[in-house]
Amino acid sequence: MDRRFTVKLAFSDGEAAFRDEMRDFFTTQIPADIRRRARDGELRYPDDVVTAQRIMNERGVAVPNWPTEWGGKDWSPLQRQIWSDEMRLACVPEPLAFNASMVGPVIARFGSQSLKERFLPPTANLDIWWCQGFSEPEAGSDLASIRTTAVRDGDSYVVNGQKTWTTLGQYADWIFLLARTDPNAPKRQAGISFLLAEMSTPGITLRPIKLIDGGYEVNEVFFEDVRIPAEQLVGEENSGWTYAKFLLSNERTGIARIGTTKVWLAQVKQRAASTPTGRGSLLDDPLFAARVAETENEILALELTQLRVSRSETDGKPNPASSILKLKGSQLQQAVTELSVDVAGPDSLPVGAGDDVGSPTWAQLAGPKYLNYRKTSIYGGTNEVQRNIIAATILGL
Amino acid sequence: MDFDLTDEQDLLRDVTREALTRAYDIETLLKVAATELGWSRDVWSQLAEIGILGLGFDPEEAGQIEMMVVLTELGRRLAPEPVAQAALIPGGVIAELGDDEQRGLLDAVSDGTTLLALAHQEPDMRGTATRVTTRAERHGDSWTVTGRKNPVLAGDCADVFVVSAALPDSSSQSDGVGLFLVTADSVQRRAFRTFDGQRAAQLDLDSAPARPLGSGGDATASLQRALIRHQSALCAEAVGAMEEALRLTTEYLTSRRQFGVPLSNFQALTQRAADMYVSLELARSMNFYAAMSIADGNLDPVIAARAKLQISRSGRHIAQEAIQLHGGIGVTAEYPVGHYAARLTAINQTLGSADDQLRTLIGALGSYTTVTL
Repeated sequence: MDRRFTVKLAFSDGEAAFRDEMRDFFTTQIPADIRRRARDGELRYPDDVVTAQRIMNERGVAVPNWPTEWGGKDWSPLQRQIWSDEMRLACVPEPLAFNASMVGPVIARFGSQSLKERFLPPTANLDIWWCQGFSEPEAGSDLASIRTTAVRDGDSYVVNGQKTWTTLGQYADWIFLLARTDPNAPKRQAGISFLLAEMSTPGITLRPIKLIDGGYEVNEVFFEDVRIPAEQLVGEENSGWTYAKFLLSNERTGIARIGTTKVWLAQVKQRAASTPTGRGSLLDDPLFAARVAETENEILALELTQLRVSRSETDGKPNPASSILKLKGSQLQQAVTELSVDVAGPDSLPVGAGDDVGSPTWAQLAGPKYLNYRKTSIYGGTNEVQRNIIAATILGL
Repeated sequence: MDFDLTDEQDLLRDVTREALTRAYDIETLLKVAATELGWSRDVWSQLAEIGILGLGFDPEEAGQIEMMVVLTELGRRLAPEPVAQAALIPGGVIAELGDDEQRGLLDAVSDGTTLLALAHQEPDMRGTATRVTTRAERHGDSWTVTGRKNPVLAGDCADVFVVSAALPDSSSQSDGVGLFLVTADSVQRRAFRTFDGQRAAQLDLDSAPARPLGSGGDATASLQRALIRHQSALCAEAVGAMEEALRLTTEYLTSRRQFGVPLSNFQALTQRAADMYVSLELARSMNFYAAMSIADGNLDPVIAARAKLQISRSGRHIAQEAIQLHGGIGVTAEYPVGHYAARLTAINQTLGSADDQLRTLIGALGSYTTVTL
């Protein structure tokens, strides 16, 4: 190696030691049965997520992206990337995104001291399970068109309206929501506020939305004359749009989910290698192997891109490059679930048939999972929205 | 892990970019491409003065990252000077294997007065294979080589060839390949243009006098290293071409008006430009990966195949979309974007297409669990 090169692919000794420390922690301290269930798509909600997050929080690594005084770590972007990658490679359920990546950072950045003291410790420890009240039936990609209203009445806001796509809301203790506090604001973005509400508040009802995989993970949430104490307003009234933008651009170390996609592709390879075709295994078949190799290569290219992007991360400022990670990362997750259902073949047809039929459990889960993962190019800003961001902010179009 | 260039590398990039920007606009490029040589001796001398034509010859000096930086600038300007083909790649082989006298040639290469070419590719050879049918024969202390090489990039103008030839004691099953120096006056060559406007030649060697590089013997490993370095150089050049093709496209989308508005008002077009950008970023990453691995001393054919696969995919995507988003002007000779598409397509077919790279990659698929850097 030439000392004059600063371009270096290898980890430094310090970076390698950090990786080993994280790997050791995730593979020895998070119970193996939880990691197995996460790997095989059989995670038990909410218990497995809560258990894993509390172990991480005890070690001080549940919310590394938060300010240090609230449990964050003074890590470099690369260290955060390593933390995320090792967690995913070890099949550890990640800290609940609504807590760790969304409402936590918003409260830490914009909330009052009393809100921080009240909410941040239980949010880090998942003593409070948060859900997100952003999307509405008429406000999907066009989030600023929300219609839910919050009208100040004494010490409360009275909230009326409907939220939708509220992921894992059935386990939630609290919801953070956007509501219109000034219907006459000159710009519709200017009249929105960011509120916190306990799910047990009278007037809040939850209705499950069943998805095409037969599963239940998202909900509609209805607000009917719900009284929310004014002290549960985050930051200033009518500034909610700013906080929402901060929230949506805040987290990108995990957005591409590369470690998880790698684990799934390893499963695809392993299963293809033990799937006979009449001429060797499916993995020996050039047609199938080429698809695997192509996908694997793109995963590697995205991993390198993520390393390049994460190095240039600056706190609080959204980097439009994160749109690339979301766009390509979602496509690769979908490509791998597609490969998985193609490996399963006819064994993917039975579903929930138990282990006394010839089709293995993983194969019975492959079809629903493939269908379920069509969501990744839709949630968190559709891929079309990501392309618009890239075109506007990077290409100047 | 660090993706930043040093100040010296930044400077090299800036100086190269400035020299090439001064040398070439599209009219000059077309004029130069129409000459018999197909590139400019003046520009060649300038590149020599900057110190580009000897990059990597001194094992103590910098190499692959600098080559990457320079080739990206050549790609960006579509400069036809055969920097990798006529100087850096064959020169690197001589630097690695040659004896003192042979390495003496390199001074004339780096000052731009002697041109080299690596004569390895043969009819019916694909990818980065090292097995050849050209034969080397020994006559006492001297050697000759016999066979056909085609296409030999920059073979039209080379003064000295580095020729790969099967060694006489290697059985037909073995890969024993020697590398020899052959001067231009002892080969029969048929020069031609390539579809991207560059130059190459077919060589016929009929008992051509040849001097083994260094102490002779099997040079397969060195040959493979040279091909891997060339693969990386091509990736770097392609990234420069892609960057410029995308820049031209976004510029066109904002300036061209139809239906009374700029083309950039149409999401059907801007969404596709965004996808081009994603392709470009993936290509940039893999280009870095290839060059950084070599700079770290890891000359791995699998890494070369990974990089070239991504560059091929991205290059084809960006080339096709750049033309389509321009419309008719994109396929005219007077406008640059089609020439970038031609060069990117030619790069894809040099040292292995995407399918050739996939053939390399699927061979090892079952031998590891997850892909790692």
